[in-house]
Amino acid sequence: MQEVRRVISAIVMNESSVLARVSGLFAGRGYNIESLTVAPIPNSDLSRITIVTKGNQRIIEQIIKQLNKLISTLKVIEHEEMVEKEMVLIKFPASEHLGDIQALCHTYNGGIVNAGENMIIAMAADESKRIEHFIEASQRYNPLEIVRGGIVAIER
Amino acid sequence: MKMSGAQMVCEALIAEGVTTVFGYPGGAIMNVYDAIYKQNGFEHILNRHEQAAVHAADGYARATGKVGVAMVTSGPGFTNAVTGLATAYMDSIPLVVISGQVPLSLIGTDGFQEVDAVGISRPCTKHNYLVDSIEDLPRILKEAFYIANSGRPGPVLVDIPKDITAEYGIFNYPSEVNIPTYRPSYKGNDRQIKKAVEAMLEAKKPLLYLGGGVVLGNASDLVREFTKLTQIPAVETLMARGVMGNENPLLLGMIGMHGNYSSNMAMSEADLIISLGARFDDRVTGKLSEFAKYAQIIHVDIDPANIGKLVDVDFPIVGDVSEVLHKMIPLLVGTVNPDRYQAWREILARYNELHPLSYNDSDEVIKPQWVIERIGKTLGENAIITSDVGQHQMWAAQFYPFDRPRQWINSGGLGTMGFGFPAALGAKRGIPEKTVINITGDGSILMNMQELVTAAEYKIPVINVILNNQFLGMVRQWQTFFYEKRYSETDLSFQPNFKALAEACGGIGYDVTTKKEFDDALKDAIKQDKVCFMNVAVNRFENVLPMVPAGGALYNMLLEHKDK
Repeated sequence: MQEVRRVISAIVMNESSVLARVSGLFAGRGYNIESLTVAPIPNSDLSRITIVTKGNQRIIEQIIKQLNKLISTLKVIEHEEMVEKEMVLIKFPASEHLGDIQALCHTYNGGIVNAGENMIIAMAADESKRIEHFIEASQRYNPLEIVRGGIVAIER
Repeated sequence: MKMSGAQMVCEALIAEGVTTVFGYPGGAIMNVYDAIYKQNGFEHILNRHEQAAVHAADGYARATGKVGVAMVTSGPGFTNAVTGLATAYMDSIPLVVISGQVPLSLIGTDGFQEVDAVGISRPCTKHNYLVDSIEDLPRILKEAFYIANSGRPGPVLVDIPKDITAEYGIFNYPSEVNIPTYRPSYKGNDRQIKKAVEAMLEAKKPLLYLGGGVVLGNASDLVREFTKLTQIPAVETLMARGVMGNENPLLLGMIGMHGNYSSNMAMSEADLIISLGARFDDRVTGKLSEFAKYAQIIHVDIDPANIGKLVDVDFPIVGDVSEVLHKMIPLLVGTVNPDRYQAWREILARYNELHPLSYNDSDEVIKPQWVIERIGKTLGENAIITSDVGQHQMWAAQFYPFDRPRQWINSGGLGTMGFGFPAALGAKRGIPEKTVINITGDGSILMNMQELVTAAEYKIPVINVILNNQFLGMVRQWQTFFYEKRYSETDLSFQPNFKALAEACGGIGYDVTTKKEFDDALKDAIKQDKVCFMNVAVNRFENVLPMVPAGGALYNMLLEHKDK
């Protein structure tokens, strides 16, 4: 069976150890986690966990069922039609050309978020593939540090 | 009503109708034990090891169908209980285990007897709780019982810090639970049920594949009604022994690695598998790509995650076996023609004549299979049989004439040696009117032999029949078959004096070397009101057959072993 990439959101109770239940499930059953983000859902006692995973169709189906089986899970959404974004922060030396970096950031839905005496911090938020392109393109400005966030997704 | 957290635990247990708690005290759970001392709503059995306490609660649950309850302290008390939790989890047994924990202020400081109980037990419980406020305690206890015994049952751990059991709060035990994130489905989809029934009417070689879910769902009577109506033959997994009843002509036998020939061939040649409460375990299916190759599959299971996990299913039905059968049977009345499956039943009957389940009895040495048959002839329906894990377990499953569900209690999923004796204590406490026999081996029995003391103290007369081949028999068998007889660490010929051991702990011991001695010992043991060890010297090199080698196809069975 062919391996596919899937973005899955689990809506879970916002309670202690719920993340451990989810990540433990993946570790214990040998499922992949490519990226995982978790944050509370506003005005509720719920959290949303967005997971990017890879596996064949049987494994993806099992992941969804096993997530649903957790007592703390309200529902699981397997995204098909969705908007998906990822964020990255990159630190450049102050000696690099601010204007060029800014122009690059604009191409990837971002901008300069901080500029100090020794460094420039740039941000971009875009689809994962484009974030990879952004990181590639930034190489010519001698990045000092790159921090990628996880993926968040919302149904269209 | 205002009371301490410890009292709340007792009150909740009483409200849940608990009459027996198995446990072992210690520092972090002392407050609860103090409250136990002052109440008289339930009895407490002091097992001599926490693992045994959980197995005893498990055996109690399996025999009675009620939730089993065990209580342990923090740290080592809890870690000793983990094997019990994992055993119950694998076989979907409803348990509530209450563990003490160090006070909230000490959690995370590597305090004395501190261990992360919820962390350790997460993968081997259905759910678990660390109570961090007295206000939550009544609700959590209520939820624990509900979760343990609903949907697909399983063990639930409630870990309670010592300061919570000391604290006072209002006890308002909820009459209902409301967990928005937990809604098991019982009903079964009507359209899928209809389609499944149509497939049954079309099939020529249908086969009922019965799993432990039928026992847990108390669906045995309905299954018998279903087979009587349709005349569809059935196989039972290790966990479903007793569902059809030994005398039932439609029962082919046990399926799987040590299943009988006709059962495994039926699975291999059927054109429709009707799976009820079974989960396609690797010990049942053998090589997956060869399993039930010619069959469409109807899979009825209360746990959606079991459906499609290992094999592709044509008719998935998520629901309780009883509820689904209640809907299926009326659709079959008047439509099903049992004659349609006559040719199929004849083929299977021929398979059974060709290679019936059998063994070569002997007059020189006691054969373990003979012992099982003898117990069956003597006690039949009147005994509850527990077992440990290994050859004796398989022989018991093969040769005991089980007549009803909950008559056969064993650790099927996890395969826990040391399970049988404490589980027998729990079963006997739950169903005192039945004779309870633990069929065990000289390896397994030592893994919880301290329970002799528990059994003697509480006068729980469990009969332990030790099929003593002075080997770790099942591993020895694999070494004979697959490791060129290199008997690495399986020779147990250095032995304790089992008779003296039982006597030293307040029980009775029997040494048995002939069939006559066995008959006499069994007769005497049934009369006695005492726990006993019956040390039966059996043929050392007896093998469990048939056998499907691990990873092999179900239809490729070793039917006999010729020593080269």
